[in-house]
Amino acid sequence: MNRVIAVFTKESFLVPLVAIILGLLTGAIAMLAGGFNPIKAYMALLEKVFGSAYNFGETIRQITPLIFTGLAVAFAFRTGLFNIGAEGQFIVGMIASTAVGVSLDLPAYIHAPLAVIAGAVAGGLWGSIAGYLKAARGVNEVITSIMLNWVALYLANWVMNAFFVPAGQQRSEMIHDSAVITIGWLSTMFDSARLHWGTLIAVLAAIFFYVILWKTKSGFELRAVGLNPHASEYAGMNVNRNVVKAMFIGGMFAGIGGACEILGVFHYQAIMTAQPGYGFDGIAVALIGGNTPLGVVLGAILFGILSFGAAGMKFGAGVPVELIRVVIASVIFFVAAHGIVKIFVKPILNKKKEGGN
Amino acid sequence: MDWGLIVSNLVHDTIVFSTALIFASLGGLYSERSGVVNIALEGMMIIGAFTGAVITYAFQDSLGGAAPWIGFLLAGVAGAIFALPHAVASVTFKADQTVSGVALNFLAAGLSVYLTKIIFNGAGQTTTLTSVFGKWSIPGLHDIPYLGHAIFEAYPTSFLAFIMVFVTWYVIFKTPFGLRLRAVGEHPRAADTVGINVKKMRYTAVMISGILAAWGGATISLTTTSNFSHNTVSGQGFIAIAALIFGKWHPAGAMGAALFFGVAQAIKSLVQIFGLTKYVPTEFIFMLPYVLTILVMAGLVGRSNAPAALGKPYDTGSR
Repeated sequence: MNRVIAVFTKESFLVPLVAIILGLLTGAIAMLAGGFNPIKAYMALLEKVFGSAYNFGETIRQITPLIFTGLAVAFAFRTGLFNIGAEGQFIVGMIASTAVGVSLDLPAYIHAPLAVIAGAVAGGLWGSIAGYLKAARGVNEVITSIMLNWVALYLANWVMNAFFVPAGQQRSEMIHDSAVITIGWLSTMFDSARLHWGTLIAVLAAIFFYVILWKTKSGFELRAVGLNPHASEYAGMNVNRNVVKAMFIGGMFAGIGGACEILGVFHYQAIMTAQPGYGFDGIAVALIGGNTPLGVVLGAILFGILSFGAAGMKFGAGVPVELIRVVIASVIFFVAAHGIVKIFVKPILNKKKEGGN
Repeated sequence: MDWGLIVSNLVHDTIVFSTALIFASLGGLYSERSGVVNIALEGMMIIGAFTGAVITYAFQDSLGGAAPWIGFLLAGVAGAIFALPHAVASVTFKADQTVSGVALNFLAAGLSVYLTKIIFNGAGQTTTLTSVFGKWSIPGLHDIPYLGHAIFEAYPTSFLAFIMVFVTWYVIFKTPFGLRLRAVGEHPRAADTVGINVKKMRYTAVMISGILAAWGGATISLTTTSNFSHNTVSGQGFIAIAALIFGKWHPAGAMGAALFFGVAQAIKSLVQIFGLTKYVPTEFIFMLPYVLTILVMAGLVGRSNAPAALGKPYDTGSR
């Protein structure tokens, strides 16, 4: 894990950039093999995203949860933890905000913030289960968080079915208007694209991420534990407490992401047949973003554009939308196996050196 | 109510549901015993389910009953090829094995549906296969009341899965190859010192893992679902990982755990039939394998000992 972090501090821009290019090329090869025109397809993707006010607004909506889950994975990464559980934390955030949104009756200025906070706390607590098991019993957080993702999925469906879904329906009752965080005027400006306050909260969360990690004592401890737990222990830091704390904060980010999807976009929760996938995309976003807040925002923008624009590829060039998963998978793969990327990067770096002489 | 028949059906269904898990968890066993984490079992199963279905579809008209066998075998080949990038990334390029595995899961999910849509004119699933595995009955034994239906009447893949448990146990614990495999996973430096090629062993292990996991996937599309769609595998690769951990990285243990998770699935349909969902929500039965795995890992239900070098890339220079 530390090696992954080290790579990002060195050639921090070049590796993700080359990985993205290689990912897009892999996608292009897959399209050629399937008899499609990749240039036409990628143009159609961009056309879809930037072609109309509505689609542009919807792309922003698509980017928002990715910022949250990206931050959730990246924050834990900084503490030396691999939070593969953003998916579950996201789902738990969804249930908590739906529960608050449906069952309480409060004035809007209390109700909406409370629903967001409920999502944050639920996500945070869900994340800290994996953190606690790691700290107290030395259990690998990767496996527990994968398992917790599935538990969250079924638990969410059970809670919904038992308390919030009217008999015979597949989704909960609508949340009360006072809990809705959709921005009406902005939505109107973008031809009723579902824009909401969550996007602003996401940007604030990225800033919070930066401030807490690099400007506070507690952030110093978190990073120190991530870089070298043994040295940190020796320096008198409580490693276990920091592990739980990091997973709580990470889970909180994902939980708010889930809450904003409910409160800002759908206004109800549906019974899920599969995992929503934002948590897994968050892993890609965090990796591509070098686990820095700015990088995560940029990574989320990239993946948001790709996943929203995929529908355009289908329409404009007949390419099945699943192709974009191939592109995203390849990007993650090339970032993970940065050694492969370095083979491509080396000639560029050498040329630069020669040019310098 | 004939309880004998109910239990007989339950055992029968358990074996059906466990077969794929047994294959996949044995696959995970090879890889993880050699020190390479394999979160990509899910992806490998998806590739297997997809390849098995498509190849069988291609040959079912010309070859009939032999088609699923060819589909099954080629699914293994596809699994081995699909596993290769994981080996390249995690062994040669010392990538983070978890991240590489996550990438492969993504890739399998995207690629299989992408190709399905290309082959089947935009449909998200293959057409229903006309030629799939039929159940085999062991002559004589399957006439035993209750027991015959429960154990001696099953898909050929189930018989093969149980044979593979024995084969894996033999290979891992009784052959020089198995000894080397375990050595590489426990103490790669020591293994290297006595002349074992660590990289070659790990490549081999990851590819065997791909074959077995793909067979697990093909089992599903060629027996129970008779087609391939995006949710054919739906998380069974992760349950297979759970079974591997629950079974303490031992073939018999993994089989036991797979059977246990199979019971959970079989009970699910039983619970629905008897209307017991009023008392035990199905969601909790779905949750059971995952919750148990967490409890096992936390040491609350027995202890689990992973191979010592699991997840650590081996660097020749670090000797």
